[in-house]
Amino acid sequence: MYAILEKQEVDLGVSENVVLKMRNIHKRFPGVYALQGVDFTLRQGEIHALMGENGAGKSTLIKVLTGVYTKDEGEISIDDQVVAIHSPQQAQNAGISTVYQEITLCPNLSVAENMYIGRTAGIRQNWKKVNADADKILQSLDIPAKATQQLSSCSIAVQQMVAIARAVDMDCKVLILDEPTSSLDEQEVAKLFKLMRDLKARGVGIIFVTHFLDQVYEVCDRITVMRDGQLVGEYVIEDLPRVQLVSKMLGKELNDMDDISGEYQTYKPKEGEAPVFEAQGLASDSGIKPFDFHINKGEVNGFTGLLGSGRSECVRAIFGADRVTRGSVKMNGKPVKISKPIDAMRNGIAYLPEDRKVDGIVGDLSVRDNLILAAQVLKGFMKPFSKAEANKFAEEYIKLLSIKTASADTPIKSLSGGNQQKVIVARWLLTHPEYLILDEPTRGIDVGTKTDIQKLVLKLASEGMSVTFISSELDEMLRTCSRLIVMRDLNVVGELTGADMNQSKVMSTIAGGEKKNAESK
Amino acid sequence: MKKKLALMMVAAMTMASVVGCGGGSDAAPAAADTATDTAADTAATDTTDTAAADTTADATEAEAPAAEGMIKVGIINNDPNESGYRTANDADLKATFCEENGYDASFAYSLKNEEQINAAQQFIQDGVDYLLLSAADTSGWDSVLQDAQANGVRVILFDRTIDADPSLYEASIVSDMRAEGDKAVEWMKSQNLDEYNIIHIQGVMGSAAQIGRSDALTETAADEGWNIVMEQTANWNAEEAQQIVQSVIDSGESFNVIYAENDNMAQGAVAALDSAGITHGVDGDVKIIGFDTNKFALEELLAGNWNYDGQCNPFQSSYIDDIIKTLESGGTISEKTIIMDEKGFDAETITQEDVDTYGI
Amino acid sequence: MQNQNKSGFSAFLGKLVRQQYFIPLTALVLLALFNLIADPAFFKISITTNSAGNAVLSGTPITILDYGSELAILAIGMTLVTSASKGQDISVGAAVAIAGSFILRMLCGGDSSSTTLHMPIICAFLLGCVVAMLFGAFNGVLVAFFKIQPMIATLILYTAGRSIAAWFNNNELPIIKDTTFSYIGGFIPGIPIPTPFFIAVLCMIVITLVLKFTNLRLYTEAVGINENSARLNGLNPAAIKILSFVLLGLCVAVVGLIKVSRVSSINYSVIAKDIEMDAILAVALGGNSLSGGKFNMATSIMGAYIIQFLTQTLYKYKVPSEALPAYKAVVVILLVVMSAPTVREYFSNLMKKIKVKEAA
Repeated sequence: MYAILEKQEVDLGVSENVVLKMRNIHKRFPGVYALQGVDFTLRQGEIHALMGENGAGKSTLIKVLTGVYTKDEGEISIDDQVVAIHSPQQAQNAGISTVYQEITLCPNLSVAENMYIGRTAGIRQNWKKVNADADKILQSLDIPAKATQQLSSCSIAVQQMVAIARAVDMDCKVLILDEPTSSLDEQEVAKLFKLMRDLKARGVGIIFVTHFLDQVYEVCDRITVMRDGQLVGEYVIEDLPRVQLVSKMLGKELNDMDDISGEYQTYKPKEGEAPVFEAQGLASDSGIKPFDFHINKGEVNGFTGLLGSGRSECVRAIFGADRVTRGSVKMNGKPVKISKPIDAMRNGIAYLPEDRKVDGIVGDLSVRDNLILAAQVLKGFMKPFSKAEANKFAEEYIKLLSIKTASADTPIKSLSGGNQQKVIVARWLLTHPEYLILDEPTRGIDVGTKTDIQKLVLKLASEGMSVTFISSELDEMLRTCSRLIVMRDLNVVGELTGADMNQSKVMSTIAGGEKKNAESK
Repeated sequence: MKKKLALMMVAAMTMASVVGCGGGSDAAPAAADTATDTAADTAATDTTDTAAADTTADATEAEAPAAEGMIKVGIINNDPNESGYRTANDADLKATFCEENGYDASFAYSLKNEEQINAAQQFIQDGVDYLLLSAADTSGWDSVLQDAQANGVRVILFDRTIDADPSLYEASIVSDMRAEGDKAVEWMKSQNLDEYNIIHIQGVMGSAAQIGRSDALTETAADEGWNIVMEQTANWNAEEAQQIVQSVIDSGESFNVIYAENDNMAQGAVAALDSAGITHGVDGDVKIIGFDTNKFALEELLAGNWNYDGQCNPFQSSYIDDIIKTLESGGTISEKTIIMDEKGFDAETITQEDVDTYGI
Repeated sequence: MQNQNKSGFSAFLGKLVRQQYFIPLTALVLLALFNLIADPAFFKISITTNSAGNAVLSGTPITILDYGSELAILAIGMTLVTSASKGQDISVGAAVAIAGSFILRMLCGGDSSSTTLHMPIICAFLLGCVVAMLFGAFNGVLVAFFKIQPMIATLILYTAGRSIAAWFNNNELPIIKDTTFSYIGGFIPGIPIPTPFFIAVLCMIVITLVLKFTNLRLYTEAVGINENSARLNGLNPAAIKILSFVLLGLCVAVVGLIKVSRVSSINYSVIAKDIEMDAILAVALGGNSLSGGKFNMATSIMGAYIIQFLTQTLYKYKVPSEALPAYKAVVVILLVVMSAPTVREYFSNLMKKIKVKEAA
């Protein structure tokens, strides 16, 4: 082990003022090979975006760097000195600071206290001096806060900046900003970017993790793309157009994508028939921008966009899962009010949530109870299904969807992910919805089940059910949907049907490079 | 949260009680404040003047209540809801330390020592003449009592004593729990039973009343060769006492005396006897002994259902009143610790008058 | 052949360990065995005549059924609260004091030693139910809407409850002299089994029917296991949490009635003291997770009677008052250890090993 530590890295990168070098990083978790020999290089005075879809390994890489996880293999060096990082403290000593999306400071302490907590020398502390120092730093970074002010009295953006100031004052060489902008408004983002550029001018290397493409292109110098635990590549921002970036993140080359398009016929609404569901100017407290949406009988459509683009937020607003703040909704042409999930359910809408574990399954309950839950709630508190009825439903759907479970009494948490998902699908089918929303029904499940679910969606639609389908796998969406609503940065930016339904078109719309094209379809 | 709430409650109760004692005239308390402030100053600096202050206090007693010359007392007590004893104790204090008797009294209640100490500091700041204290805890009072001394506030302890230098307070008026127990045990001895098989139901372990009353029985039982069938705590609780007696009945052991360290537990014990059809009281098989002279208990004695009830005198106010009068007239208190006179009632001799006078 | 039998037995044993009945059943068997060996008279039941002249059953098993019933009723409500809110209500004792005080106040109409009832018992009881359910709803709202941890939220009523109870009766300890009132906590003439046991059985029947004919179980468990998911399936988690607290309030009112009937009086400062801890212990003893979710009502109720069994055993063997809490603590520690995942894993691994050995 010591031999490895003493080994000096010989790399030409020295000449480029490389501050951080990660080489051949491996990390395995039980059942998951999260990082498979990833390299990452950060130079002085650059803002470097780390991009990738869910499960790409970004957050694992960050956690290895900050000492939350210990790497299985590989080497990390700072200023060409190999460093051992086994704890967040060691990372901090090595000059690596992190500002997380969730503020991790103490809101009830003052700004100065927050900046100096945990690194004061001894018990005796000259607070006058500390406050003066803090004010100096805040001033130099142009942060609108006073040292003696209580942190909680600052806005979220300023709190974030204080966290950055703390990091900067700790002589950090590497500053990691993990989704810092997700809870900020546009003005606050602009202020944050100014601060980032200031730091860049001081020679700090910044790793910027975000889902927002526009922001990447606004402030970053370089992009490192990861996918499925592997490094896709490192690019200078000017060399990587948006479309290219999206394709690299999704793992599809532009050319071979065009081939699969047009496999399914587009859906044609019948004359004079009102849409099953129609929303106008709908928005919720999730931050989604008001959007219009409709779906016809027997149609399969979908929301697409990168992670965090707002596709889930749209369907959550439709179902009343988030608090709806504005907009009007019609079912079959009749205005209805949907403010909470039960309203949506009574109107024949069903919703399979994105995060199966957190929002979907009721882990300790049996497969049977999970399966009947939604139908039971619709039926009413005083009218439980008899044991015989419940068993009949369970058996029927276990057979229909070929759910692999020891029995209907088995707790759902002991099933595999795919089978859990099938139970949740069955739960909603049991309510006989008119309109079924499936948010990422195929994530994290085996290929066989994925195909099963896609087939099921098409079968249901052919029987007259309307389905909204969301998947981060584009070809799945193209295969099942007849219309795609494209999202970027919490906005609906386009709608694609017919001949436009091909991967390159979708990706260019997501990237926004051909925005005009997409909107003039 | 909890502490805040408790403090608020204390504050609310204090206010309520001040208003309650005000008796009618709204303007009087405010006027009394300023008047007694000056009186306090003179009392602290010049002892010859106190006689004059005393006469005015006496005068106000006879005449209509006047703001002038009233003695300002701050009373710190435990929560009156704690027990029937405390309720009676509080009512007694309120009745005595009232405007009609020449007192301007403020009350503070808490079961927590630190809150009581805070209240004491408040009273010292307000410039009371006397601080009357029933402390929640025996320790932690030294510094605040020194403050009191420095500010010329005289301290009188009642009901409970504390671990502090006796020079810090004028007097301490307490019940002697051991004496109460001894009295009851003497009575038991005087019954000359053929044999003594005793169920001993204890209060909350470690409380002064439990220790005093338990020791009295335990020691005499050892000397006299009495048989303790069962000795168990029911935490002052009637239902627990009922269960304990029930368990002895279930075990089939014979007993003829139940020594319960308060009336509630005696009540529970009797309920267990009733459901087992065991007779008790004057003409019964089992002698019932309780403490605290609750009204219901004395009525049971009068009816002959119980045999003996020991008093734990909650009426300290007349003693305190005497001490204050003595001090105000320049006299000295000969005895620091004053043990109150406490009675024991026998079912054979109790009268309706006793029930009315001593029942709480 | 023999081998097969053996492995069949160990498989049965392994299955048994995983059953929720395992913990309470083991505790019950251990207690029963201990008492059987130490003194079989523990289980003796005899017929005696109570002071009202009725033939009644008497003996330790009857006592356990009698006093365990209150705890069993509370365990029903506590199980629901635990399941839905992932926490426990520690204000149960104070709430019993409130309900009991209120019922007494209604019955005696402000006269502290009333000889006649001012309203039918059933009316006073129903009003008491309403009051207790309101206080339950108060706790529920704090937990469901203000998202305060149940133990913290109920700390408020825990602190203030007994003062509220005192206020209902003007700090007096009222006594009901009407004998019919004592039937509830004692015996109904002509029936030799204690009434509280009948009331507990009635509560058990009611909760069984409710669980059978409504979705209370499914909704409560769903909310307790995954609130997000429950909401997305159309449930209102807040309403269900409040419902569980209101139902606990109902149980509290029933227990309050029994408690005050036992001695036809109330001492609000000590009545049902610390009963919440026993109720929580009953839920845990029933093998239910204290962090919410799936529950088993039957084992909770078993747990309640086992705690009473333990208490009676400790009384029977005259464990000194000072040591009583220590014994209960040992039981709690054993319980916690037994239900810890690591220990369970160890046992199931042990079973597997035994199986492998036998197979070889």
